[in-house]
Amino acid sequence: MTSKTLPDLVPDAALNLPRESERTLPNGLTVIAIRRSAVPLVEVRLRIPFGRAPLAPATLLSQALFTGTSGMSSIDLAAELQAVGGSLAAGLDPDRLLITGNALADGLDRTLELLAAVLTDATYPVEEVSTERERLADHIQVALSQPTHLARVALLKRMYGTHPYAVQTPSPDEVRGVEPDPLRELHAARLRPAGAVLVLVGDIDPDQAIDTAEKILGGWTGTAPDGGIPPAPALETGPLLLVDRPGSVQSSLRMALPGIPRTDPDYAALSLANFIFGGYFSSRWVENIREDKGYTYGSHSVIEHFVAGSALLAAAEVATEVTAPSLLETLYELGRIASLPPGEEELEQARRYALGTLRLGMSTQAGLAGLASMYAGFGLRLEHLREHSAALAAATREQVAAAAAKYLAPARAVTVVLGDADKIEPQLSALTAVERSAE
Amino acid sequence: MAPRIKIPATKYPVERFTLGNGLRVVLSPDRSAPVVGVAVVYDVGIRSEPEGRTGFAHLFEHLMFQGSENLEKLAHFRHVQGAGGSFNGSTHLDYTDYFEVLPSGGLERALFLEADRMRGPRLTEENLRNQVDVVKEEIRVNVLNRPYGGFPWLKLPPVMFKTFPNAHDGYGSFEDLESATVEDAQGFFDRYYACGNAVLSVAGDFDVAEATAMIERHFGDVPARPAPGLPDFAEPDVGEERRESYTDRIAPLPAVAAGYRVPDPIGAFDAYLPFSVLAEVLTDGDASRLVERLVQRDRTATTLGGYLGFMGDEYQVRNPTALLLQAHMPPGGDAGKVLQTIDEELDRLVTDGLKPGELARTQARMGTRLLHDTDAVLGRALPMAVLELQRGRPDLLNDLPKLISEVAEEQIVAAAATLRPERRASVEVIPGAGQ
Repeated sequence: MTSKTLPDLVPDAALNLPRESERTLPNGLTVIAIRRSAVPLVEVRLRIPFGRAPLAPATLLSQALFTGTSGMSSIDLAAELQAVGGSLAAGLDPDRLLITGNALADGLDRTLELLAAVLTDATYPVEEVSTERERLADHIQVALSQPTHLARVALLKRMYGTHPYAVQTPSPDEVRGVEPDPLRELHAARLRPAGAVLVLVGDIDPDQAIDTAEKILGGWTGTAPDGGIPPAPALETGPLLLVDRPGSVQSSLRMALPGIPRTDPDYAALSLANFIFGGYFSSRWVENIREDKGYTYGSHSVIEHFVAGSALLAAAEVATEVTAPSLLETLYELGRIASLPPGEEELEQARRYALGTLRLGMSTQAGLAGLASMYAGFGLRLEHLREHSAALAAATREQVAAAAAKYLAPARAVTVVLGDADKIEPQLSALTAVERSAE
Repeated sequence: MAPRIKIPATKYPVERFTLGNGLRVVLSPDRSAPVVGVAVVYDVGIRSEPEGRTGFAHLFEHLMFQGSENLEKLAHFRHVQGAGGSFNGSTHLDYTDYFEVLPSGGLERALFLEADRMRGPRLTEENLRNQVDVVKEEIRVNVLNRPYGGFPWLKLPPVMFKTFPNAHDGYGSFEDLESATVEDAQGFFDRYYACGNAVLSVAGDFDVAEATAMIERHFGDVPARPAPGLPDFAEPDVGEERRESYTDRIAPLPAVAAGYRVPDPIGAFDAYLPFSVLAEVLTDGDASRLVERLVQRDRTATTLGGYLGFMGDEYQVRNPTALLLQAHMPPGGDAGKVLQTIDEELDRLVTDGLKPGELARTQARMGTRLLHDTDAVLGRALPMAVLELQRGRPDLLNDLPKLISEVAEEQIVAAAATLRPERRASVEVIPGAGQ
């Protein structure tokens, strides 16, 4: 066997950001349009601030938005969209309502017309709302049988206490109590163009696409009350919260650590520290608990951003019998990155990954649309990627170590474990104070 | 109704050639974004694993990431991600794929990594035991610890099929996984992972001449080994209706999935294609027939799906395969009633044909989906590799929107007429949670 040498990388060309055309229309709607013509489609994202909307009606509204207008039934709407290769759907998080869809590029006008019809004239018909209400309640009931959902519910509650971010899914019964009238009222109050951002990406002429949007959506008017959410509270450390799921063959291990917004001067350094710890496959955490010990199929950590606060979340599903050893290794890896500087090579590897995945994320219409819309929700534009790339490229080993010491310290972690409590409580109690969830 | 919209096609260039050692290569350059996708597919999947070794094809896929001739364990991951890229692999019924997507400057590195493991992975007892543990956790995450795990892709085949290759659990039993040996793995590699049994494809930002030279440089000396004979997994159609059920201890609500055999996706492609459109006529969106009837009108289902191939890989699967319909139901839902309503709707389609505009709008939406998927470099590299492997026709990817748009109403009706209850196999999920 002759040994062969790994080929060198060809250095990346300079970051080439697509041109964003932008106009804020007289009705207060901001429209951003970007050309990427690789396939003859257009991606549509409409982000409407929705903070502090009542949870159960807001969630049902997102499911029932397309159930009818004064002129069209839900089936008419779906058929008309389909005729131009289109589809639209709405989703909710604590900050915003997001309408997502795409269509054949030639169908942009029709898609926006149908979107405008729904925005200005959704009727929430009694029958259709009742169907969607039952579907949503069933869907939530299924979610409540999924360990990943239950673990997230418990973690959010533990992290945010009484803050609006603490509960992000209504109960099935809360949904069943929502009538069409509150949906109509919520729609009238909150689905307003002022402060909303429409992103169009695809095989389009950006300026023409904005003209089209202005023509079609210009009749959508009004302002919404301030939906601003107070800053999320700092994490309060305490005993490990153990949530019982009898018969669970795995434990869902979750940790929350302090996060910072994308514009914070420490953000690039923290991003790199996060990759090195657990943010990608070649991280210490994955290499330890998966590739060395076989405790898990996968573990992952990510910095999650809401408008009113950011947090670093770490998650792994591990075999029940190795729950405590998995926690031990996780604490070890957090402790190691918080107290010792990373190696030069592992830092360079994480840096290249961070810079490379930025390029991958911008290489499709859908990726660009998602990025542009998400950034806009935080008051940023794609141009921010240039600044962020430069900060990633420049972050020093000392800065990464300092960010890790500050934000990844296990002493600052909030920990939740969902699993078969009778089997895992004794193991976990050997490592840390454990408190069983009362729910 | 607006005038019918034209479904556009893509014109991705496709270059094909075969190296001296038998490795088939597909290149599809497109310089619209500075990224490149690399895929290697091997012509072996779940259907080829031996009895007593369920789950072996997938376990072996994991072992292909555990080091190779010139690479230590962990090196593959680090080299791809350290080039700014991502990687993965997946095991299907008829093939196994390995792929990377990277900034274009990482192309040669990805080719090196794929060539190195094509020469031979490092198959050690330690790595095998480690990956058996990892795969068991994967099965717990995806099947055992969640509601509807393996439904219907693992649960319907044993109802529909009688022979081991088609019917068995492709994730594998823990007992079989634990009995796997390094010798098994070496034998599997020797038999199936020959370069004559593989296709390499590259899509995205590269120069064809440069990429060709790199491919020659890295893959040219992979020892030539012939492909094993292509097995025939054909078995007789379902002759009378088969209905089974099982209790899912975690699931809170009932569900049902039904499958009907369809024509050979490769040998009878013209007859197969209408079923692809039929599945969408029945289930794509609120204006589709079964959603309108079962979800909106009768409220006997809360979600519906319809697709070809147990893993949803409709153009990347061989015979025998099926059209699947699946429904999640509200509390107390009646699977028999759902199946009976499906029969009524199929009868209505066969008797009355399609409504004006129904076919065109379904085709338009299918066109959007196909085009959307090809926008990503891996959305070209992967299907082109499999289309080359199974059909010698990677450019079918460019033709699919047009071919879909040419399917005629009579073909849909004829396809629907074959979906008779006596040809159906179905499996019902009985909710075991909170009972």
